Amino acid sequence: MDISWLSMISMGVVGAFFALVLAYASNVFAVDTDPRAEAIEEILPGANCGACGFSGCSGFAEGVVTGKAEVSGCPVGGANVANAIAEVMGIAAPADVKRKVAQLLCAGDCEQAKNRAEYNGVADCRAALLAGGGVKMCTYGCLGFGSCAVACPFGAISMDEKDLPVVDEDLCTGCGICVEACPRDLFQLVEEQQGVHIRCRSFARGKEVRQACAVGCIGCRRCARECPEEAIEMVDNLAVINYEKCTNCGACVAVCPTNTIHWQKDKPEVEKLVAVG
Amino acid sequence: MSTLFFIFIGALLVNNFVLVRFLGICPFLGVSRQLETAVGMGMAVTFVMTLSGIVTWVLQHYVLSPFGLAFLQTLLFILVIASLVQFVELFLRKMVPVLYRALGIFLPLITTNCAILGLALLVAQREYDLIQTVIFAVGAGLGFTLALVIMAGIREEMQFAPIPESLQGAGIALITAGLISIAFSGFAGLVPM
Repeated sequence: MDISWLSMISMGVVGAFFALVLAYASNVFAVDTDPRAEAIEEILPGANCGACGFSGCSGFAEGVVTGKAEVSGCPVGGANVANAIAEVMGIAAPADVKRKVAQLLCAGDCEQAKNRAEYNGVADCRAALLAGGGVKMCTYGCLGFGSCAVACPFGAISMDEKDLPVVDEDLCTGCGICVEACPRDLFQLVEEQQGVHIRCRSFARGKEVRQACAVGCIGCRRCARECPEEAIEMVDNLAVINYEKCTNCGACVAVCPTNTIHWQKDKPEVEKLVAVG
Repeated sequence: MSTLFFIFIGALLVNNFVLVRFLGICPFLGVSRQLETAVGMGMAVTFVMTLSGIVTWVLQHYVLSPFGLAFLQTLLFILVIASLVQFVELFLRKMVPVLYRALGIFLPLITTNCAILGLALLVAQREYDLIQTVIFAVGAGLGFTLALVIMAGIREEMQFAPIPESLQGAGIALITAGLISIAFSGFAGLVPM
């Protein structure tokens, strides 16, 4: 037989054999995918950040289809994504989901907070915490090595020149990864329109706070007394703001002797509320 | 028996496919970020290698050699490997979806992993019998896994190292690979080849 015929036949037979095996295998190992899950995955931001509690966006999409997740379960996508997913699932859009951004509960940068040690180890907050609790005298505040900035998948956190993280609220998606990343739990997800923040998390007594940091909450209670809405509560020498009651009026900002309370006046959402109230 | 052992050790350490023969560098650098996926990738490659080693051996001895079609070797071997990778992909997607997602694009890219074609061609060149082929393929696959696991372990540790900016990413990975490769050259002469 001619060699060209021989090669054609042998290649053809081997190829056909494998084609049959694969065709059979694709039936045996067929995966049932819900077309809605694929549609939802297209809508999702695709950051695979895991803030929803599922392993990535495809896991969340599957969770929505199988009823394990809410349509508004994606904190990154916010209201638009929730509405689009609700449309795919054929159910009513959820109530207005307010966008949340991360707020830092510390203002003790390298100038305001005093140091008690030198540290030359791995530049990572968790490592610094293990090595004797960081360099600052305050044992509640920011360690300043930027683990949050590294952890943020959206590049919304940057370290300023005084080693304090700054949240870019336009880039922040409220995924909450920084909340998990900070070993001192200094991040809080707060609704975007809130503009008054008590930037301290020290439960130490006033005298100790004064020694350690120029901008720490000394627990003087003036803000709590001044607040017309009773939105500030004292918890173990620390003023804690209740954002559900806060109206951004700024009365507490004026009386705070240590300038611990920050007022983001230039936020458009805040300005609106201030103008109304 | 000792020949089989030498073949195994030779494929695993002395002529490690990745670190000494420099075959399959793409997945070696691509999937060596995490220990878990590195092990998964190594197992998938070992499986495809062994199976393709057997199938190509059979084809070599019962199709190519008797009909004098040695010139079809590369073409036929690629066909075999591509089909087997497709099979593994179908299997993993159904049985181990987590690994399937973790491997991502590198799973179909096993097709173009030259370590696997290299193994099939080496087997044909050295005229191994079937048992020797299986031992050789398993040794080579485990050697690939070993290289991947070593690399992944080092890279996981390197996350915390202060690496100069210009070397971050591929730069430091290649330097590390080179150093491991030099270390593996110490195995030369361990078995008579």
